[in-house]
Amino acid sequence: MKVELEADKCVASGQCVVAAMDVFDQDDDGIAVLLTEEVGDDRLDDVKEAIAVCPAAAIRLARP
Amino acid sequence: MAVTPAGPAHDMTDTAPEFPMSRAARCPFDPPPALRELQEKGPLAKVRLWDGSEPWLVTRYAEQRAILADPRVSADTDRPGYPSKASSEAGEGKLSFIMMDDPEHARLRRMVTAPFAIKRIEALRPAVQRIVDGLIDDLLAGPQPADLVEAFALPLPSLVICELLGVPYDDHALFQENTRTMVRTTATPEARSAATREIAGYLSGQLAERFTEPRDDLLTGIAGRVTAGELTHGQAVEMALLLLIAGHETTANMIALGTAALLEHPDQLALLRDTDDPALIASAVEELLRYLHITHQGRRRAVTEDIEIAGQVIKAGEGVIMVNETGNRDPRVFDDPDRLDITRDARRHVAFGFGVHQCLGQPLARMELQVVYGTLYRRIPTLKFARALEDVKFKHDAFIYGIHELPVTW
Ligand code: SF4
Repeated sequence: MKVELEADKCVASGQCVVAAMDVFDQDDDGIAVLLTEEVGDDRLDDVKEAIAVCPAAAIRLARP
Repeated sequence: MAVTPAGPAHDMTDTAPEFPMSRAARCPFDPPPALRELQEKGPLAKVRLWDGSEPWLVTRYAEQRAILADPRVSADTDRPGYPSKASSEAGEGKLSFIMMDDPEHARLRRMVTAPFAIKRIEALRPAVQRIVDGLIDDLLAGPQPADLVEAFALPLPSLVICELLGVPYDDHALFQENTRTMVRTTATPEARSAATREIAGYLSGQLAERFTEPRDDLLTGIAGRVTAGELTHGQAVEMALLLLIAGHETTANMIALGTAALLEHPDQLALLRDTDDPALIASAVEELLRYLHITHQGRRRAVTEDIEIAGQVIKAGEGVIMVNETGNRDPRVFDDPDRLDITRDARRHVAFGFGVHQCLGQPLARMELQVVYGTLYRRIPTLKFARALEDVKFKHDAFIYGIHELPVTW
């Protein structure tokens, strides 16, 4: 599955990093960045958790 | 249902209940019973505030998150319909970006997000662990009973936020006492603005020093924005004030309240005391944030365009209050929500709010609480109340819920 991030919506809460450390990181200002755009089934639950907790609704899953 | 007689749709029995409501004396950790009754009836209810205004109360999780993420609501306290917390709230100036809307909110907020990024916060963990260990050493060496608030819960976050901002901790009496006045619901408007002025004046002096003598701290970063013409001096002071107050008052109350709740739930306390699994400690922090919820005055907004929610139109110019303590106890989202269970997955709680205003300092708060909850009970396994729970003074009279004094022995 493909992860999409709208960085201009991000409010730098860091929640996605806590939920899925190997998919999300933060830049120097705390704004989220994607470490990978493709996630396998093993990380899907973590990414879904990140989507659920992101206060800015900045993360989405898209079909490849 | 009884037949409604002709005449006004709302008779006396329909008068909106007053908000805030009181908690049941026997359940200091539970939301007020009247709030739960409203939540059972539906996601929205009208309530009456101290000034006679009647905003909407949003009691359920899904509707709270929807409204907090909706761009048609404003956090600007000057907007028509904004539900004001107390007469003392007026005329104080704004507490920086938390009382602003985008794009100005985002512009100011982004100036201070960098130090709260997860990796930067993780780098502080060893230092926070040392502070916690030092405070516990002092506590254990001191007399019993000890007030856990004074000896531990308040100094820890104060020391940490002072370090981060660059404010000398030696001046803690000045900002702790004035903060106490600022968050007291019963403080007169005069007392509140005098307290605000005193801390603002102090921080203004601290900022001024950074112009001539830059240091490696957050205040220097904020001062740099003034030099660059991105902030006025006044805005810089408001921002420093917000970070200082939010940085110590909230976490301090979570430490004291969390400890009291755990002492009342010995099975949960034992789980925490006997583990060094960071995942269980992190999960305990989330569960206590969900279960306790210290921002008990609700998150407040003014509606700027009509919004339809749960079959009801909330009109532009009306106020909305999201009571996150019932959101966090919403049975639609959390199984058996009144049970404190540190093993559950509580990460979706709204203790830090939701939407663009979600708490900026949450990574710091989480890390401090993880270190505290993971250390305090392990190092003092016999920790107990020195007083009956009924005699512990809870902060019913403050904008941030917590405990005034928590006498403990071990
Ligand atoms: S959870 Fe959302 S708002 Fe927070 S850092 Fe990640 S993308 Fe940004």
